[in-house]
Amino acid sequence: MKNYDIIVIGAGHAGCEAALASARMGCKTLLLTLNADHIALMPCNPSIGGPAKGHIVREIDALGGEMAKNIDKAYINIRLLNTSKGPAVHALRAQADKHKYQFEMTKVLQKQNNLDLKQTVVTDLIVDNQQVTGVKTITGMDYQAFKVILTTGTSLNGKVIIGDIKYTGGRQGEFAATDLAESLTEAGIKLERFQTATPPRIDKESVDFSKMTIHPSSKEKIQFSFFQPRQEREDVPCWLTYTNHKTKQVVEDNIEHSPLTTGIVEGEGPRYCPSIDRKIMRFPDKNSHQVFVEPEGLHTNELYLNGLTTSMPEAFQVDIIRSVPGLEEAEIMRPGYAVEYDYIPPYQLQPTMENKVVQDLYTAGQINGTSGYEEAAAQGLMAGINAVLALKGKEPLILKRSDAYIGVLIDDLVTKGTNEPYRMLTSRAEYRLILRQDNADLRLSSIGHRLGLISEQQYQQVEDKRKAIAKNLEKLNDIQITPTKKVLEALKELGSGGLKKPVSLATILERPKIDYQNLDKFTSEVPEVTPEIAEQLEIRTKYRGYIDRQLSQVEKFKQREDKRIPEEIDYQSLDNLRKEAREKLERIRPVSVGQASRISGVSPADISVLMIHLEELQRGGRQDD
Amino acid sequence: MYVTDTIAAISTAVGEGGIGIVRISGPEAIEIAEEIFKNKKEKSLIEVDSYTAHYGQVIDPRNQQVVDEVITLVMKAPKTYTTEDIVEIDCHGGPIVLQKILDVVLHMGVRLADPGEFTKRAFLNGRIDLAQAEAIIDLIRSQTEIGLEVAIDQLEGGLSNKVNQIKEDIVSLLAHLEATIDFPEDEIEDFNPEQLGDRIDGALKKTSELLETSQRGKILREGLEVAIVGRPNVGKSSLLNALLRENRAIVTEVPGTTRDVIEEVINIDGIPLKIIDTAGIRKTEDKVEKIGVEKSEKFLKRADLVLLVLDINQGISAEDRELMRLIKSKQTVVVANKFDLDNNLDLEVIDQLLPQAPVVKTSAIENQGIDKLEDVISDLVFSGDIRASNQTLITNMRHKNALDRARQRLLDVQQTFERRLPNDFITIDLRAALEAVGEVTGDTIGEDIIDQIFADFCLGK
Ligand SMILES: Cc1cc2nc3c(=O)[nH]c(=O)nc-3n(C[C@H](O)[C@H](O)[C@H](O)COP(=O)(O)OP(=O)(O)OC[C@H]3O[C@@H](n4cnc5c(N)ncnc54)[C@H](O)[C@@H]3O)c2cc1C
Ligand SMILES: Nc1nc2c(ncn2[C@@H]2O[C@H](COP(=O)(O)OP(=O)(O)O)[C@@H](O)[C@H]2O)c(=O)[nH]1
Repeated sequence: MKNYDIIVIGAGHAGCEAALASARMGCKTLLLTLNADHIALMPCNPSIGGPAKGHIVREIDALGGEMAKNIDKAYINIRLLNTSKGPAVHALRAQADKHKYQFEMTKVLQKQNNLDLKQTVVTDLIVDNQQVTGVKTITGMDYQAFKVILTTGTSLNGKVIIGDIKYTGGRQGEFAATDLAESLTEAGIKLERFQTATPPRIDKESVDFSKMTIHPSSKEKIQFSFFQPRQEREDVPCWLTYTNHKTKQVVEDNIEHSPLTTGIVEGEGPRYCPSIDRKIMRFPDKNSHQVFVEPEGLHTNELYLNGLTTSMPEAFQVDIIRSVPGLEEAEIMRPGYAVEYDYIPPYQLQPTMENKVVQDLYTAGQINGTSGYEEAAAQGLMAGINAVLALKGKEPLILKRSDAYIGVLIDDLVTKGTNEPYRMLTSRAEYRLILRQDNADLRLSSIGHRLGLISEQQYQQVEDKRKAIAKNLEKLNDIQITPTKKVLEALKELGSGGLKKPVSLATILERPKIDYQNLDKFTSEVPEVTPEIAEQLEIRTKYRGYIDRQLSQVEKFKQREDKRIPEEIDYQSLDNLRKEAREKLERIRPVSVGQASRISGVSPADISVLMIHLEELQRGGRQDD
Repeated sequence: MYVTDTIAAISTAVGEGGIGIVRISGPEAIEIAEEIFKNKKEKSLIEVDSYTAHYGQVIDPRNQQVVDEVITLVMKAPKTYTTEDIVEIDCHGGPIVLQKILDVVLHMGVRLADPGEFTKRAFLNGRIDLAQAEAIIDLIRSQTEIGLEVAIDQLEGGLSNKVNQIKEDIVSLLAHLEATIDFPEDEIEDFNPEQLGDRIDGALKKTSELLETSQRGKILREGLEVAIVGRPNVGKSSLLNALLRENRAIVTEVPGTTRDVIEEVINIDGIPLKIIDTAGIRKTEDKVEKIGVEKSEKFLKRADLVLLVLDINQGISAEDRELMRLIKSKQTVVVANKFDLDNNLDLEVIDQLLPQAPVVKTSAIENQGIDKLEDVISDLVFSGDIRASNQTLITNMRHKNALDRARQRLLDVQQTFERRLPNDFITIDLRAALEAVGEVTGDTIGEDIIDQIFADFCLGK
């Protein structure tokens, strides 16, 4: 007897999305987590968004996930980054009130129909004949379900390290999941080791802000979610200060205590989150490094020292911090630490997030070798959706690299794997001009709607936006501007060149220095639109050529994605493959020629060999008919 | 499992005339060599160190006869050309003995290698890249010594190096741009526009320079198609004979071409000249077939170079003028033949109708001026001296197309830059350029840019 349709283990960022998607799509769902007070905890920087990550948050929103809405309820500082670098890379980044974030997410989970939330430690997967059928818990209760989604973050065989001290534990203050790791290994799943670290938190009362630069929140009314009305809130600034030669001295003098030298930490750490020790040793010419001082919330004195990650012994952490202007008398409330953990190298994953070795087991989040709340949430959402679709016997949802950053993320994981905790970057996306954060709703909400995660009304809102864009684009193309004296003067005033023949208003808008706001200088007929629509009209006229070029690249890309590789293909029988390519293809077993071409070590020549083989197969097949 | 059998073939070392080599490659290469090779010290080839040579005799196991005295070179996997075990049997005995040794080896159950199969294995086993593999194919097909030199340069990675330099330029530029985009809150110095423009121009210049060599590359590889035209009896066939007398072509049979269209290949300074439609010219006995204007038209289209032969003694006729007009757009050398007779040639007419064409006076009968003609042709092809500078040349169409595309994309980048669009737009075509460049060496762009970002900048918090 099954007690549940789907069990999700771990109420972190991945687990919350997975459980919500599952319950909202109509499955009876159980969410088990080892500490019910730690739901959606941010163990590192209480911040969400930034380039690529912010894009992912909006995509989650468009698909009907929760992260965007939740951060919108909880942020205390928000900014739009990269505004001068092109619309594709505009990125929202928000500081969260960390406790409010947890509290709001907990509320959503508790109110959700079809969803039971229980605190317990899962010790074993029940696996029968390479198929998972349920879980065992530390308190002796077993639960049965058709699908199990594992989202336990850094807890598998977790070890916490501060200085020379290393002890078993998940995130600080939590148990490590040792039994569970064993249970996975027994089921035939391979585990490898990664590490990550977090900076110390200090007491606001002990800081001298007068020596720092203030970074206030943006006053613009911006937020992540397309659907949830914006709430007014209290915002607080962040502060910026710098390390100096003294910091460098402290690190250099005590480098023998750094994990860099002691070698106490096993596993690869993320290159994009280097510890201050690593930064100083690797870039010795750089005498000062930024430190952003960020509040962890409105109701706590804890401040996060963004830029001072270290797991040196606590005494040296004090010295490092106190070398920095404004922090001379800072008191540590929680020391920085590193955590070392097992993850499942993602070549064992299918693009649906289901495990290749154990059927009906899905994994999402840091357990798959990624890092970051947004990356985790995206995977959780996709694992939840696909577990439900599989349960209902429906086609899986696999987003392409040209559909969404989420597609890039999952494809990278299952195709390329990763040798450091994987973080999303905009430079990982080939078609980023199309995968903008401003159009995530237009790209994805029809999918969310089809799945039942986006309401009819929300869907209508997006469709109305789509229609408004099309209609007004047409208008801009229809309105003619003739080179009258008034027009020429307006052009001159805006620093734009002359005009000889009559052109459409769209052509005027194409010019670099002319914004939608300025258009009324040329005609009284400018369509009246919301700022949101105006932005879309600007992007679509100004960058049309580039967008078209990417769209045609996407067409080519899709052709290769649509060339399927039969599941039973025997790579050993393909004589002309290079040895390295053969091994990689055998291991990853890509589903399409497109996917195969992205595997590192598979060269274009190997792809030609593969295509010829597929062509022969097809011909042979036809002869047989 | 992917198994390779053991293969063998005669392969003669480049540039070492006289010595012939039978090369065996594959898992059983050493064992088989051991069975047919006897040396005095009786040390087994299986035990010897890699890259050692051993003197001894090849014995035919069928009749225990000594086939030849040889030196056997043993090279053990994986540090060999094919990455498999290789044995090379060097002998001095000439082609017949070589054939015999090969026969003995094949008798031991070794398969005769297909043409290029050693190279194919080297490529498949990851020993050489695509550009290098293609160079070897060129080498095998090469018709001229310069073609050979170019192929060897490419084999040694000359082209890959050049292409990799371009690639590095683009990757480092992209890494910088991407770093500022993906880490906006880090302190990465933004490009000032001037620097950025210079870097784009630099990559574009390198690509263009490499591409410019492709025309010469094609000529060296495939030869130059030359048409000898002129009225009947001006001395075309005599001229061809004079050229042939001095320059025996290395290869007279050009694969893939129809014999009746191209009859002769002359080799001038390492450039193969393929004479188009000499069939008609050669039939001096049969005066019925004359080369008329309309027939000339057809093959003129194809020619890379035209030799217009005039009869110095007869001066310029109406027919000559018509020919001149016909070949106006072609690279032409005017051959003023029958220099031994009275000169009635009006040079001004030539100057007017073919202002670019050099004029060379010859006497085909007396073998005068032929050297000069060759020099002029050679100069035209090289327009400078490329032989001495040992340049990397693009000889392969695939490479040319890929680089062409890269150049196109870099031009787009330049345009985007000039329009002062945000940096993200620069990265779009820069990436496309990188992809095209990578096609030459057969690399896919994977984590290169991201690796470069972290190598170059202190990022992250
Ligand atoms: C010390 C540290 C430093 C980090 N530094 C960075 C950084 O610099 N940059 C960055 O982007 N990201 C960083 N992260 C990563 C980021 O916190 C995670 O990527 C993200 O939270 C992963 O989400 P998740 O849902 O996969 O796992 P988590 O958010 O960790 O959630 C896992 C959940 O599973 C529960 N659980 C675990 N085991 C069991 C069990 N056996 N039974 C029941 N429940 C269980 C846990 O209690 C937890 O609620 C860091 C994390 C840590 C711990
Ligand atoms: N005096 C002289 N006679 C030549 C010379 N070249 C060719 N002839 C003669 O011109 C005639 C025609 O030559 P041929 O080569 O058959 O001309 P074609 O019809 O153009 O191929 C022959 O009798 C040749 O001997 C030359 O340089 N000097």
